[in-house]
Amino acid sequence: MARVIFRWTVLTVMGVFFLLPLIAMVEFSTRDPETWPLLLDWPRLAEEYPALAEGILASLAQAALTSVLMLVLLVPTAIWVRLRLPRLRRVVEFLCLLPLTIPAIVLVVGLAPVYAWVNYLIGGSSLTLVFAYTILVLPYAYRAIDTGLSAIDVRTLAEAARSLGAGWTTVIWRVVLPNIRSAVLSAAFLTVALVLGEFTIASLLHRTNLQVAIEFLGKSSATVSVAVSLTALLLAFALLLVLSLAGSSSKERRS
Amino acid sequence: MTGVAVKLEGLRRTFGTVHALDDLDLAIEPGELIALLGPSGCGKTTALRILAGLEDATAGRVLVDGKDVTRLPANRRGMGMVFQAYSLFPHLTAAQNVEFGLRLRRGPLTRAAEMLDLVGLSGFAKRYPHQLSGGQQQRVALARALAIEPRVLLLDEPLSALDAKVRVQLRDEIRRIQTEVGTTTLFVTHDQEEALAIADRVGVMRAGRLEQLATPSEVYLRPATAFVADFVGLSNRLSGSVNGDVVEVLGARLPLVTPHAGGAVTALVRPEAVDVVPDPEATATVLTSSFLGSTSRVTVSVGEQVVVAQVPSGRLPELPAGTRVRVTIQPVAVALE
Repeated sequence: MARVIFRWTVLTVMGVFFLLPLIAMVEFSTRDPETWPLLLDWPRLAEEYPALAEGILASLAQAALTSVLMLVLLVPTAIWVRLRLPRLRRVVEFLCLLPLTIPAIVLVVGLAPVYAWVNYLIGGSSLTLVFAYTILVLPYAYRAIDTGLSAIDVRTLAEAARSLGAGWTTVIWRVVLPNIRSAVLSAAFLTVALVLGEFTIASLLHRTNLQVAIEFLGKSSATVSVAVSLTALLLAFALLLVLSLAGSSSKERRS
Repeated sequence: MTGVAVKLEGLRRTFGTVHALDDLDLAIEPGELIALLGPSGCGKTTALRILAGLEDATAGRVLVDGKDVTRLPANRRGMGMVFQAYSLFPHLTAAQNVEFGLRLRRGPLTRAAEMLDLVGLSGFAKRYPHQLSGGQQQRVALARALAIEPRVLLLDEPLSALDAKVRVQLRDEIRRIQTEVGTTTLFVTHDQEEALAIADRVGVMRAGRLEQLATPSEVYLRPATAFVADFVGLSNRLSGSVNGDVVEVLGARLPLVTPHAGGAVTALVRPEAVDVVPDPEATATVLTSSFLGSTSRVTVSVGEQVVVAQVPSGRLPELPAGTRVRVTIQPVAVALE
């Protein structure tokens, strides 16, 4: 009995702690009846809050490009390490986890001179953040992909495909990828969620993205800024929900 | 389809200081099925993987149909392979698995159905690997390997993950199919019964070298070395003395597989060459007996030595432990240790 009470108390406290700010955001953002309809009307939003529209587009583009770059770099590397360099697995894992241990502010200190060169060579577009974000998402994405690869016998599948006449591209594209689809999706969703919520690096490197725009907007139009924050949060929740559903359905299929 | 000749010449493969293959020479005739047999770590799988192109040889050459393919990558060698681990692509059905190689070669997809029919699984075309038993998965893997009309078929312990009954069934089926399509085949196994049952010739390997390459009956009846005699089948180690071209063991005069200079030796004698008959006057005594089905093994002590004899199970009741028996050995050729 005492355990039940304890469990419910913890759940209630955590629930309140978690939901209260969200409820407050809903309450605050609905004070002005114009706010939510405005968010659904893209042309008007873009006209009235051009910086916000730019931030949203920049973040979506960054999320998409980071996901692509991360997959292009990480999937072949993880497969190659498993097939040909199993002894390097620990090293690669360590390297991929490093960004997690380095505070964003330290990363920025290191990235600032690099981005000075990026500015000089390819310009100051907010899309250049994709390089920094790819490093930032490595720990999450690598873990997701590595777990997916552990679930299948990559070596035997690859060798079977090779003996049937498949080159390495075919092996990766038609044999390995379809079997780690949910892991790749996880990695991509985590990347999107992370990029949509990123503020520190973008702000300190003077680039635009959603969070930077929200922060900027907070100074002039608080209700819109809160409404956009809430939408971004809900979008991240939705992505994570889809992710966990995709994960569980693939487990069911396997068993 | 007729098979092609395969030749491994002076193959060497070293992993650090370990010699997995040590100057291996092996010639496979067109359409022949050769089984490589040996304990784990003897290099048999390494030899097969080098032939498949999945591993590189440190030295030596691989010739298929007279052409040097040593440097050719695996995907261009045209070899069908069945692995020990289940290797079907989990996201494809049985039929799609068989079609995989055909699509890459732009071959006729109707062949997939023919191949599934050949392995007796035409009703399972739409099933996914996880809906098939282990034996069925290996049959599909065999169909997939044969679908591309491989020049050489490579079987890397394909039966070792299966249970005993399925193993024997599938073994016989592999032999039937191989004879039917006539593909040159290399079969790697550590199971001597499997090797002896399926192969035209058996190659017994040890420490990266071939100890003997001969027909199953020759390997069994006339083992070239003590290792072969010991590894293939069960052998009694009996002390005896060489006298001319025979060795005297427990009063029997047995011919030798290879000549020996003479003196005290240890002869390797098969249990089926040993017979025991109850005799109250004799000095040998039955220690234990074990029932194996149609035959049984009886362990007998003869002075200092212990001898295992194989007798029909029907005679087991007359040979309980403690029975005095007379031991006789048939004069078949034996190897010396």
